[in-house]
Amino acid sequence: MNAESTPAVTIHGMERDIALGLHRTMVRIRAFETQVEQLFLDGRLPGFVHTYLGEEAIATGVCARLDAKDYITSTHRGHGHAIAKGLSLDAVMAELYGKVTGACRGRGGSMHVADFSLGMLGANGIVGGGFGIAAGAAFSARYRASDQVAVCFFGDGGINKGTFHEAMNFAAVHTLPVVYVCENNQYAQFTARQRTTAVDDLSVRATAYGVTGMQVDGNDVGAVWSAAGAAIAHARSGGGPTLLDMHTYRFGGHYVGDAEVYRDASEVSDRKRLDPVKRWEAALISEGWATADEITRVWQNAEVEVEAAQRFAEQSADPDPSTALDDVFTEAGP
Amino acid sequence: MTEKRRTFGQATVEAMQNAMRADDRVFVLGEDISWGGNFGQFRGLVDEFGGNRVVDMPISEAVIMAVAVGAAATGLRPVASMSFVEFTLGAMDEIVNQAAKFRYMSGGQVSVPLVLRASDGVLRSSAAQHSSSLEAIFAHMPGLKVVAPSNPADAKGLLRSAIDDPDPVVYLEHKKITSRRGPVPDTDHRVPLGRATVARQGSDVSVISYSAMVPTSLEAAQRLAELGIDVEVVDLRSLVPLDFEAIARSVTKTRRVVVAHESWLFGGFGAELSAQIGETLFDTLDAPVGRVGAASAPIPFSPVLETAVVPGVDTIVEAVRRTTGERPSER
Repeated sequence: MNAESTPAVTIHGMERDIALGLHRTMVRIRAFETQVEQLFLDGRLPGFVHTYLGEEAIATGVCARLDAKDYITSTHRGHGHAIAKGLSLDAVMAELYGKVTGACRGRGGSMHVADFSLGMLGANGIVGGGFGIAAGAAFSARYRASDQVAVCFFGDGGINKGTFHEAMNFAAVHTLPVVYVCENNQYAQFTARQRTTAVDDLSVRATAYGVTGMQVDGNDVGAVWSAAGAAIAHARSGGGPTLLDMHTYRFGGHYVGDAEVYRDASEVSDRKRLDPVKRWEAALISEGWATADEITRVWQNAEVEVEAAQRFAEQSADPDPSTALDDVFTEAGP
Repeated sequence: MTEKRRTFGQATVEAMQNAMRADDRVFVLGEDISWGGNFGQFRGLVDEFGGNRVVDMPISEAVIMAVAVGAAATGLRPVASMSFVEFTLGAMDEIVNQAAKFRYMSGGQVSVPLVLRASDGVLRSSAAQHSSSLEAIFAHMPGLKVVAPSNPADAKGLLRSAIDDPDPVVYLEHKKITSRRGPVPDTDHRVPLGRATVARQGSDVSVISYSAMVPTSLEAAQRLAELGIDVEVVDLRSLVPLDFEAIARSVTKTRRVVVAHESWLFGGFGAELSAQIGETLFDTLDAPVGRVGAASAPIPFSPVLETAVVPGVDTIVEAVRRTTGERPSER
């Protein structure tokens, strides 16, 4: 594939402020994850991390359509969702460092970043862990006569879990306000989608549950924003669930440090031509909505913010060991 | 306080009614709920509270639990019925990785006030996949509370407290005693979690038990009384939190103890009780801690084989006599 064949993005009919906002969020996630990758390789982060590099358009475009009161469930690759849903880079970074100032006071780490006050019901270390939880949050919203919507992010690996089918069926039979967003990044951990999944078009799985499914270019933040807007509005107005199969590509390995023996470097470099951030920047310039200098400033601001988050995390205290048993239960037992 | 004789199942219906009348956030979900449940534990609820609060679920155990987790974390108080306790095994990820850990992983941002109700235990040749007791698995997992009532009054009071509790509570109701009658207070009765009770006072040996093994232990105590052995039966009621003070009080008095449950002996909850008693009360013991539990086999179908694997009155009598030595009547 060459640069000339890069498909155009979906910008028609969008307002400039929204387009610039989507750009800022994608750049913040990109800058954050780029630095996190380096920090991990430098041995400065405990545990292990899965970065969202290459998939930024999906969390960005979907969460731009949600209110703070709406819910999302996230995945092991959840930093982008957390940032797009409104968590500060400080809170996410400090959590990655296991510090007491982190979003979960250092108890969750990369795979469990959550902020319930922002409707971010948690990254989840279990693939597909959010299917039923999102349905439960949507059920809860309806039960409370609230107009909240839940969005479940998951991957093309997760869609082969039985709980995907159980949750889709339940959400459909109750017409729940939930949107299932498949981040189809072509790899289930270390295995290519074609080797594990019988159908090429994952959106057809919605049909079995009487739900609308559609394919979306997940590297076109405008297309994501547009499709998510329709699905979320449909859910909010009582129309029930939608399955969005968003095609994207994981720039990095399954986790940072993955030797990636299962794919060729040429495949990665080829797919990086569809970089969602670069594509959006090209559109901003061709629409006359941003200059190259303005785009550079967005990057500089994001990098400054990431540096500050890193400083905040590194200067924060570790949790007090005497608190290790706090919050196992809400109240201490007798 | 007025009370009526009710079955265990009826008592739990009353607890559900009281909880659902008091709090709109309480709802029930599970398979065949509006029909009343396998043991009548939900009978009549749909008539009073309607289908929005008494939710018939598809046979999708994992999603029953996950929906309960999602609802509990966003402001509701679900009671999830898992029918037979073996069915929880298809939802273990949701129970163990999600429900039990949500609060801790989030640094205490949220509570998960859900109740998981499940019928366990051996009842008339239900065979290997409908006869288990899995309390040891649940009790092993930090973040889960576990209760196992032995009589209708406690069934009502513990369920009410479990629904009120801010954390996930596994409520285990033994099939064999679900239809048994006993006195039940008419009031909005509560039994606090983590509080054991002495089901029978005695001075020679303590039998520590819970769930259906409590009436079995009482029967054994009756028989042992005829042999001159005065048995105290402690009904734990809650396994997590565990009322170890009540155990210590009884064991300090009797100096001999048998821990008895229907589930498998190997790695069973009795092993934890035995270890704690040994660690903290060694000096007060006149004999090693005795243990009663099932042999390590899936529960067989044949009534003869079932009896061979599952402990009963005789097993407890023998264990108590071993604990008291060869000549118990001389003590």
